[in-house]
Amino acid sequence: MPYRTEGEHVMSINRRQFLKLAGVTTVAGIGGTAVFNGLRDNGPEAAQSSPDPRSLKGKRWGFVVDVSKLKSGEDYQKCIDACHSVHNVPDMRSLPEDIRKRQEVKWIWKDTYEHTFPTAPEDEYQNSELKEKNFFLFCNHCAQPACVRVCPTKATFRRKDGIVMQDMHRCIGCRFCMAACPFGARSFNWRDPRPFIRPEKENREYPTRMIGVVEKCTLCTERLAKGLKPACVEVSNGAIVFGDLEDPNSEVRKIIASKYTIRRKPELGTQPGIYYVIGGVEHAG
Amino acid sequence: MLDKALTGSRRYWTWIFILLAIIGVAFLAYLRQLNEGLGITGLSRDVSWGLYIGQFTFLVGVAASAVMLVIPYYLHDFKKFGKIVILGEFLAVSAVIMCVLFIFVDMGQPIRIMNVILYPTPNSVMFWDTVVLMGYLALNLVIGWTTLGAERNGVKPPAWVKPLIYLSIPWAVSIHTVTAFLYAGIPGRHFWLTAVMAARFLASAFAGGPALLVLLALLVRKYSKFDPGYEPIQALGKIITYAMFANVFLLGLEFFTAFYSNIPGHMQPFKYLYAGINGHAKLVPLMWTSGIFALASLGLLVFPGLRKNEKILAFACVILFISLWIDKGFGLVVGGFVPNMFETVTEYWPTLPEVIITAGVWAIGLLVLTVLYKVAVAVREETA
Repeated sequence: MPYRTEGEHVMSINRRQFLKLAGVTTVAGIGGTAVFNGLRDNGPEAAQSSPDPRSLKGKRWGFVVDVSKLKSGEDYQKCIDACHSVHNVPDMRSLPEDIRKRQEVKWIWKDTYEHTFPTAPEDEYQNSELKEKNFFLFCNHCAQPACVRVCPTKATFRRKDGIVMQDMHRCIGCRFCMAACPFGARSFNWRDPRPFIRPEKENREYPTRMIGVVEKCTLCTERLAKGLKPACVEVSNGAIVFGDLEDPNSEVRKIIASKYTIRRKPELGTQPGIYYVIGGVEHAG
Repeated sequence: MLDKALTGSRRYWTWIFILLAIIGVAFLAYLRQLNEGLGITGLSRDVSWGLYIGQFTFLVGVAASAVMLVIPYYLHDFKKFGKIVILGEFLAVSAVIMCVLFIFVDMGQPIRIMNVILYPTPNSVMFWDTVVLMGYLALNLVIGWTTLGAERNGVKPPAWVKPLIYLSIPWAVSIHTVTAFLYAGIPGRHFWLTAVMAARFLASAFAGGPALLVLLALLVRKYSKFDPGYEPIQALGKIITYAMFANVFLLGLEFFTAFYSNIPGHMQPFKYLYAGINGHAKLVPLMWTSGIFALASLGLLVFPGLRKNEKILAFACVILFISLWIDKGFGLVVGGFVPNMFETVTEYWPTLPEVIITAGVWAIGLLVLTVLYKVAVAVREETA
């Protein structure tokens, strides 16, 4: 009997202490989450819920593209394949050419100088070397993105590190962003993309998309979070340089400071984050 | 009052069932689009909006045009419009319903439509367009239904309707202005980036909407005992004439700015629409039809002697409506996308399923309009 009383006594103090603690922490607004975080720290989910210490941090990520580093069509294709395979971008080559061209999804592709820079100064007397070159095109991750301005659901938004991101689970497929983007960087899933991803090639670590949503280059946010550079950069042989445009000591800033670079349609004020080296080293200065 | 739509002549029911049949076929086509995706339309990554959004834009104008009856009747005490103002309000209701449906069928993920409300985004013009269109639908439904109900009972409309009527006037202007802003605020689409877009939208709306209304009023007279009267229709004819002149004038301004400035980006869409670029000329016959019909309709409307003949007025209204339908319901949207962002040309032409779905939405609009007009006409026949 005294033993039992003793036990009850201990229990009641504990309960009272617990309630007091819970009350205080709830008032402080940290109650539930503090307890759960405490539990999680030792759990298997800890690695996923806290940022990877290796993750790359920047104020405004961007690219400098120098296509003089690319020697052949294969060099271009390597970058395109690296991106499209890691992001499960559907390969629609099985479709008839005219339908594929109208409905394909692409995050990175190549095109001529004239098409890449339709409003850039150019004329018939310009050196033909420039005109014959192909350039890489992707989302420009603009500082003033028109697509973000027009999106009616905030499905596309600008992150603190300057990346213009797309939430494919919120997108309603209105395609206002496609009308607004002056760079044709956005792709709509006009048909179900999944049959165009070969099961053996599917990257199980990256989601596939459903019909009727818009997608585009995300500057490999999933790789940056693990401390890796974007997939295209890795295999580009230095043709695509990745870095923080806000950091004066970054490699991208050094190239921009020393070589002649241009951006696509700068006159529209969207402030693209992708710079193109024109002319290469031998022509500079 | 809705019970009045449930009794009608054999002709009335035949018309209803024709509309229902079109809606049924279109629904099947829509299920296919839902299943296979918008890839069954003629749209592409370069021309990502087409017939659906064009129809939406055009019908916002039709909806806004009700104000052309409301202003003379309620602000200027133009009594002659008393009989037909309800036709304008109910036309607006039907037009807004079609607008909403055209947006819906254009969506890649229609099931997520509530995201526009769940994540309200004031910096998006589309958010505001949703707000103003829903408001306008509610205003016209409430105003039309209440005033008609009062008329049926032989009493004056309740006093609280008056402020709503006054509110509906700037509201009508707002729906078409905001719709113009969907286009006119986009960088890099030269054809749309023009300050007169909203003004032109309003001008074409105030011509096209009343033209449709003239035709509807003539049909109502032909098929019912309710006669909207000669004078109100003539007054509409005058409004149409002024508005159409304003519209053609504004279009002319666009041509001047594009071609006198000689800036390639500004000229290209006009060249594509009216002459074709490198043999890509799918819209050229349509755009010329639109242009010729516009001028021809003005030629008939500008002379009061011709306009006073109701047959000529009706013909002028038909070609004017077709002209504006092509220009705003089709050319306006496509012209913004051609040439594309790389200054190359990808053409657009709607596919059969796309046309069927479009016809289905129009049929739903006509069904709503028929039912509402049936009620209005029945009340008029009763109280006459």
